[in-house]
Amino acid sequence: MAITTVPGTSREPGRPAPPRLTRGGRSSLGRKVRDNLTGHAFLIGAVLCFAIFSWYPMIRGIVMSFQRTRRGETTWVGWDNYLRIVDDPSFWTAWKNTLYFTVLALVLGYLVPFFVAIVLNEFRHAKGYLRILVYLPVMLPPASALFLFKYYAYDPSEAGLFNAVLKALHLPTSEWMQSPEMTMPAMVIASTWMNMGSAVLIYLAALQNIPGELYEAAELDGAGIWRRIVNVTVPQTRLILLLLAMLQIVATMQLFIEPLILANGAGAEDSATSVAYLIYQHGFFQNDLNGAAALGVIMLVVLAGFSAVYARLTSKQD
Amino acid sequence: MSVPQYRKATAFALAAGLGLSLAACSTKGDDDNSNAGGKVTITVDCQPVGSQKELLQNWNDDVVEFQKQNPDIVIKSVSVGEQCNNPPDFTARLAGGTVTDVFYGYMTDLAQVLDSGQAMDITEFANKDTVPTWDSVDPALKEVFSDGGKLYAVPVKNYSMGLVYNKVLFQQAGLDVNNPPKTWTEVRDAAKKISALGNGIAGYAEYSAGNTGGWHFTSLLYSQGGQVLTPDGKKADFNNPMGKQVLQNLKDMRYGDNSMGARQLLQWGDLLTNAGAGKVGMFVGAPDSTQAIVSQFQGKFQDWAMAPLPGQGGPAKGTLGGGEGYFFKKGLTPEQVKAGLKWIAYQKLTPGKGQFDYVRAKPQNYPVGLPQPLLFANGSEAQKQELELRKANANVDTANFAIFEATPVPIKGEPRNAQAIYAVLDGAMSGVLTNPNSNIDALLKTAEDKVNQVLAAEK
Repeated sequence: MAITTVPGTSREPGRPAPPRLTRGGRSSLGRKVRDNLTGHAFLIGAVLCFAIFSWYPMIRGIVMSFQRTRRGETTWVGWDNYLRIVDDPSFWTAWKNTLYFTVLALVLGYLVPFFVAIVLNEFRHAKGYLRILVYLPVMLPPASALFLFKYYAYDPSEAGLFNAVLKALHLPTSEWMQSPEMTMPAMVIASTWMNMGSAVLIYLAALQNIPGELYEAAELDGAGIWRRIVNVTVPQTRLILLLLAMLQIVATMQLFIEPLILANGAGAEDSATSVAYLIYQHGFFQNDLNGAAALGVIMLVVLAGFSAVYARLTSKQD
Repeated sequence: MSVPQYRKATAFALAAGLGLSLAACSTKGDDDNSNAGGKVTITVDCQPVGSQKELLQNWNDDVVEFQKQNPDIVIKSVSVGEQCNNPPDFTARLAGGTVTDVFYGYMTDLAQVLDSGQAMDITEFANKDTVPTWDSVDPALKEVFSDGGKLYAVPVKNYSMGLVYNKVLFQQAGLDVNNPPKTWTEVRDAAKKISALGNGIAGYAEYSAGNTGGWHFTSLLYSQGGQVLTPDGKKADFNNPMGKQVLQNLKDMRYGDNSMGARQLLQWGDLLTNAGAGKVGMFVGAPDSTQAIVSQFQGKFQDWAMAPLPGQGGPAKGTLGGGEGYFFKKGLTPEQVKAGLKWIAYQKLTPGKGQFDYVRAKPQNYPVGLPQPLLFANGSEAQKQELELRKANANVDTANFAIFEATPVPIKGEPRNAQAIYAVLDGAMSGVLTNPNSNIDALLKTAEDKVNQVLAAEK
């Protein structure tokens, strides 16, 4: 078998080792830059993309949130946009709805994929097919998946898929998206179905890294399935669980496409209005880009604060 | 070249390529030839999309003919989607400064366009020299596109709403197609009979999402004699017996009679899709909604007729009127403004040409004979010519719109900041159409508070 080396990853015989950096001074900095020139050059593309498509819009949004544009004239208005946006009667409704969705999504959208992954991991046969089955909805464009739910599953008449099933089971039917009480649960069901494939695959990868001996030892100690999950599976996948929990909370707080498509916007009596949808309303329907920017900054601060607290708590646990 | 050198070279090439691309993006193109070679070039949007084959062909033919007649003008057409003003796209184009030189907008867009700083004052240019029929254009429409005595857009379409009804369903339900409902009580009775046909048919259908609910609430409120805002435009003015009556009528039909179908939270396309499928007996709409039903939603012209908007106990006290026009982007040269006006005059404001080329439209799948656009003032020369051409080339049964035309209802314009107000009023409409226990007083109070907040924010 021929042995190949990856160029640049190991020092070639006969070539001198790169000189170590000297302390301080311009020559040190210049040498540092020269040594890492290739790396820096490769980084330029990513940095430019982030700068243009992420950081600049973010900074621009923050600046806009303190301005007001009228008749083509932009003036500084201090905190006015923030005060105005908080006074919007839909502001607290949107936050309440968004938090409700986040909590429901944590209960359903977070736990279900984990247990699906555990069940899939137990299968001896047809694992590949089952994984594809679970992952298939992720391949559907979100808009298509949501239109399927809107027109087929959540049709409020008895012709709707879910209502037909409920009726066949002699259970009460629902008006789904037309019922203010069912709006959020229905959006969580659709969202979970659409997105859980990715989470299941990540959990499966984590589950397969758990040494089999741990389960054997637990079984020898008389642990049942539940005890094995609680005492072996969860601790062994803790890092992944914590990471996905944070990603899920940050993603669900930005709830937008579900209300836009399933509820045609605000939904029955504002029951689907989310913070992101309210930003869209202000920016694109109410001629209020500055108010939208202020709400966007509020959301950014809330999510950044949450992420910081979360990172601190989880790092302490480590 | 050794491998590390190769990698280095690749990295630099990549970085340089990116830099050049970005430079290319940020640099104004060399094709900015608004006055190149003595010709005046203007970009115009709202060119029909590819799927609207006949309309697109008509537009392109018009461009060719116009340029032949005006060899010093070049028209560059831009398509911005089937719905020329989809509010989010329109807002993005305004905010990004990417509107065309001459751009399409609704009558309700004037404030937004002015705030964006993109509108040009065209008062001194709009006259008989640039637009030969200018004196015939309804002055009320020019006023809608004016602010502080300055004109910012040229009106190209105007409509008023009435009761659109399906004659086939009327006949099946035993109703007289020549005697459509004149009051909301009669609408309710007819809706009950039509929905009794079963098969998922809604006797009367109504919007409640995507800002269209608020749009229709406004029209229904006008029929009661109400108004959305106080005359000074500073406060909401619909939380009163007239506003309550609007919602009560809908609630009675939806839950009292179950005559509005199971599917609610409808917006524009949803309702017209159902109508095209023969599942809607009546709805409130403009004459061209029948065109959309036919050209986009596979319905049939002969199935539909139109009556004036009903009133509560007699004729409606008012109906909503709206329309569209073309704005001019700030910074155009006088030559470009004049060229834009000439193009609009040719394509939109000349009987026998462009949108009024009824001879061309007659064999196509687009209606000739609808009572719109109501662009020209009553008794004006252009109106006479347009009506004669329309009558001579009608391809729809004008009798279907005879009652609507013969019984004019006073037209009221849309409120200031209409889209924001409509978004709020969607909540009240969806409330009565999705919740059998909805509290109309509470819905109106909530909407009133929100609209007042929107108005306060404007200051």
